[in-house]
Amino acid sequence: MSAAVEIRGVHFTYPDGRTALSGLDLRVDVGERVALLGPNGAGKTTLALHLNGINLADAGSVHIGDLPVTEAVLADIRRRVGLVFQDADDQLFMPTVAEDVAFGPANLGLRGSELAARVTEALRAVGAADLGDRAPHHLSGGERRRVALATVLAMRPDVLVLDEPTSGLDPAGHRELVEVLRSLPITQLIITHDLPFALELCARSVIVDGGRVVADAPTSDILSDEELLGRHRLALPFGFDPRMARPSR
Amino acid sequence: MGAGHAHPLYVHGHSPIHHLAPEVKIAAAVAYIAAAAVTPRQAIWAFGVQAAGVAAAIAVARLGPRFVLRRLTVVVPFVAFALCIPFIASGERIDVVGLSLSREGLWGAWNVVSKATIGASVSILLAGTTEVPRLLTGLSRLRVPGTLTAIAAFMVRYLEVIAGELGRMRTAMAARGYAPRWLWQARPVATSAGALFVRSYERGERVHAAMLSRGYTGTMPDLGGRRATAREWILAAAASGVAWLVALAAITGTGA
Ligand SMILES: Nc1ncnc2c1ncn2[C@@H]1O[C@H](COP(=O)(O)OP(=O)(O)OP(=O)(O)O)[C@@H](O)[C@H]1O
Ligand SMILES: [Mg+2]
Repeated sequence: MSAAVEIRGVHFTYPDGRTALSGLDLRVDVGERVALLGPNGAGKTTLALHLNGINLADAGSVHIGDLPVTEAVLADIRRRVGLVFQDADDQLFMPTVAEDVAFGPANLGLRGSELAARVTEALRAVGAADLGDRAPHHLSGGERRRVALATVLAMRPDVLVLDEPTSGLDPAGHRELVEVLRSLPITQLIITHDLPFALELCARSVIVDGGRVVADAPTSDILSDEELLGRHRLALPFGFDPRMARPSR
Repeated sequence: MGAGHAHPLYVHGHSPIHHLAPEVKIAAAVAYIAAAAVTPRQAIWAFGVQAAGVAAAIAVARLGPRFVLRRLTVVVPFVAFALCIPFIASGERIDVVGLSLSREGLWGAWNVVSKATIGASVSILLAGTTEVPRLLTGLSRLRVPGTLTAIAAFMVRYLEVIAGELGRMRTAMAARGYAPRWLWQARPVATSAGALFVRSYERGERVHAAMLSRGYTGTMPDLGGRRATAREWILAAAASGVAWLVALAAITGTGA
């Protein structure tokens, strides 16, 4: 298997002196779907921002496919890696949903009917084909999430990175998101605090704490290890038994 | 939910003015304001005609007088300044209800107030009927350099973001029983201005990061939104033409 994402010994300190990543290693294979777990402040979002060069590592390296993430190839990296932000409101800034979805591919140089086709394709993939003319800030939380996902899918990325995609979703929205993500045949890295969600979608999970990977194992093993979860401020919802739940795929 | 992106200046609508291509609206607005600016102050009738023109357009856009008046408060500092002029200006003095005022100063005050009001009303009309990304598209179609539109984009983005954050903070205060009538009475607001700035800045940064993630390189892509038709240009030329005709008539009239 070839690697879709390869992170080696990445260190990163914010300008205010706060160290967020301290020697993080992670490899994700092509087509894999991996859950990234960890407490608040672990460095998950910071890591996500390294995958498409919004943050550049102080030390260590990040590769997307065979391409190292460097200043010189940012445009190519950003086409390959689609990042869905933690807060959908940060992601949607155009007057209409269709224009927001078109923003990415238009930056790639697409115009006219080709662009329109991309927009339709992406909105259809998330079941939001009828939302094109709506204003993003008038959508419900669940609709907004799906549209945010569409804005990224429209760029046809090789790797999809989702930062807490389930926060604020009702059970039906949750269900729809699971279906949509399952139907996408691309490499996915899913940051989440929602452990049942991770179990449902991802065969493999990684726990990040203190800016490094502290566990990397099949999701069902990780969720069964209460002591491990507890040590990293993770907990299953009351009454949830990972051994009873149907594991992913 | 989410006042995520507050659009404090834009009013959603489907009026003919909302549907005009942005480049046409910007050009017409600039021309209209320029006409008001060169109109000689003695030509009170000319300002009347120009003001009536803006008022008519605002009515067509269905912006609502309350909305416009509230936004017009941005000219208050100018008005306050203008009101001082008659007292401090020198020259021939006249008596107005027992106050000795400078004639020159009164004209000066009128000049500032009338032009500021017309200029601000036109701007409110433009912003109220054109979303920010469309304004930027319009600017770049008018060949305004990309760097300038990018700067404008960020100014507007941060203003919008600050307004949104301020709204949320106010809601949070009201929810805990603090309901200042005016913003500046709100001591907690004042003392939390720093927090407001930081929150706004950080949200702005995140929006910017999201834009970069999708390949933004500093210029808004022209999403092929409809370009202006000849009819729209003629309409815009007619609207600002009236303002200019009035201005020129006033200039020649008072010049004679
Ligand atoms: N812009 C920033 N400037 C300075 N420090 C930051 C910034 N963003 C995050 N940090 C710090 O970096 C560390 C990692 O933050 P990060 O946002 O990556 O955590 P996270 O794992 O995504 O947490 P959460 O689950 O709460 O989203 C934290 O200590 C945080 O305070
Ligand atoms: Mg985070």
